[in-house]
Parts: sequence; C-alpha cells; structure tokens
Amino acid sequence: MDASLIIFYCIAAFILGAAFLAVTSAKIFRSAIWLLFSLIGIAALYYWMDVQFIAAVQTIVYVGGIVVLIIFSIFLTHNANDNMPKPPVMRQVFAGLASLFGIALVLHLVYHHSFTTPTGAALNGDVANIGTLLISTEKGGYALPFELASILLLAAMIGCIVIAMRKGSANVNSVE
Amino acid sequence: MSQTPLIQILFLSVGLFFIGMYGLLTRRNVITMLMSIELILNSVNINFVAFNKYLYPHQLEGLFFTIFIITIAAAEAAVAIAIIINLYRSHHSVDVEDANELKW
Repeated sequence: MDASLIIFYCIAAFILGAAFLAVTSAKIFRSAIWLLFSLIGIAALYYWMDVQFIAAVQTIVYVGGIVVLIIFSIFLTHNANDNMPKPPVMRQVFAGLASLFGIALVLHLVYHHSFTTPTGAALNGDVANIGTLLISTEKGGYALPFELASILLLAAMIGCIVIAMRKGSANVNSVE
Repeated sequence: MSQTPLIQILFLSVGLFFIGMYGLLTRRNVITMLMSIELILNSVNINFVAFNKYLYPHQLEGLFFTIFIITIAAAEAAVAIAIIINLYRSHHSVDVEDANELKW
C-alpha cells in the first residue's frame, strides 16, 4: 500500500462521512454545511485523480454556487435553529434496508466484473486541450452541446425570475 | 485486482449514491431532498471521470459529460430553489406532505 492510496482512503472516508451526516443531521443548516464539506472532498478527489479543470469547476460551481443557493433558500424559508422532525422509524429502517441491498448488489456486480485496463496512454486533461475540443465543430467536438448548454442556462435564468416573481400582494396567500 | 485504484473509486461512488438514496427516501423536506439529489449527481460524476481516466485515457468524453452534468445541475438547482420559494409563499412550508393539491 503506497502513500497515494492512503491519501485516497482519507479523502473517501471524509466524503462518505460528510455525506452521511448531511443526510442524517437534524438541523437543516448543519446538513447544508456537511454537504459543502462533502463537495469539497469530491473536488479533492478530482485533484487526486489529476483532472485539475474538473476539480476547479466542481469547486466554483458546486461549492461556490449551488451550496450558496441552498443556504440562501434555507434562510428564506426556515428558522435555522429549529430541529427538523425525525422521520418515522419504519421509514428509516426500510430506507436503510433498501440502500444496503442496493449497495450489496452493485458492489457484488462491480467486484466480479473484470475491467480491461489499457496500458501506455495517459489522460491528457489539461485546460488547453479541453477548451479546444469544447468549441470545435469537427468530429468529436462539443460546439453544439456547448451552445445548447448556454440556451439552457438562459432559459433557466428566465424561468427562475418568472417562477419566483411576486404577482402583486393579493394572491400571495392563495393556494390555488 | 489491478494496480489502478478504479475499483476503490467505484466503491466510493456506490457508497455516495446510496447515501444520497437513503436521504431521498427518509427526508420529507424539499431542500434536503434536493441536497440528496446533488450527492447522487456527484457520485455519477466521479464514475464518469474515473472510467475516463483509467479505462479510456486516450479520449476526453467522460470529462465533457461531467462538465455538462455540472452545468445542468446548476440550472436544475436554481429552478428548484425558485419553485421552493414559491411553494413556501403559498403553503408556508417546504414539506412535500403539505403540497398535496394534485393528489387524487
């Protein structure tokens, strides 16, 4: 067992521990902070796998964007000190059993599948290479998905504004 | 096992996926369910990057899938939070059990 594998086990334990606390913590704000730590751990895993660009995107978009949005929405809708009601014991038991069964099944499949690992070539994931392919219109280029993603983001932005817009004070409390 | 740590990374992502699944099944608060969905999306991203790096290192498909999944996850989270804020305005709660107008 070499040093890089030990670092991997530390990162993996950090990610799984933080994720487990994120889904079981009783206070919703603590849950969001544990999610933040879990996402930072995943960014560290990407650094460990030597794909720096994905690690940077993970840090900027997830840690800097999505978690901040989630924390904003928690502060707009909750009293951060309140405990959330505990889920019923039966639901916890059955959800835990379903998850454990799924883990056992998938681990069994993964463990008995023999992957053929290629030799020689190493992944060339530097930013110049990714950027060239991202706007390339040649075969294997990603110009069309790139433009579609920009349209999707524009549509999401307009949609958010329309959905969250307050339509006058008269129908604020209406349920229909 | 091989010398590459692919199998360990797959174990990690399986664990992360089913932790997210557990959260999605037990929680009834929309914001915490959204957090569980983010965990599940992240486990898929780890799989894409690991398969690309250790099985197909001469291509970049997995990295591009990861980038686009992160983009779509950001758009999805923004729309979901707009919906949550609207739900809170009309129901004064973000619990899925309270939003049952469409239930037959």
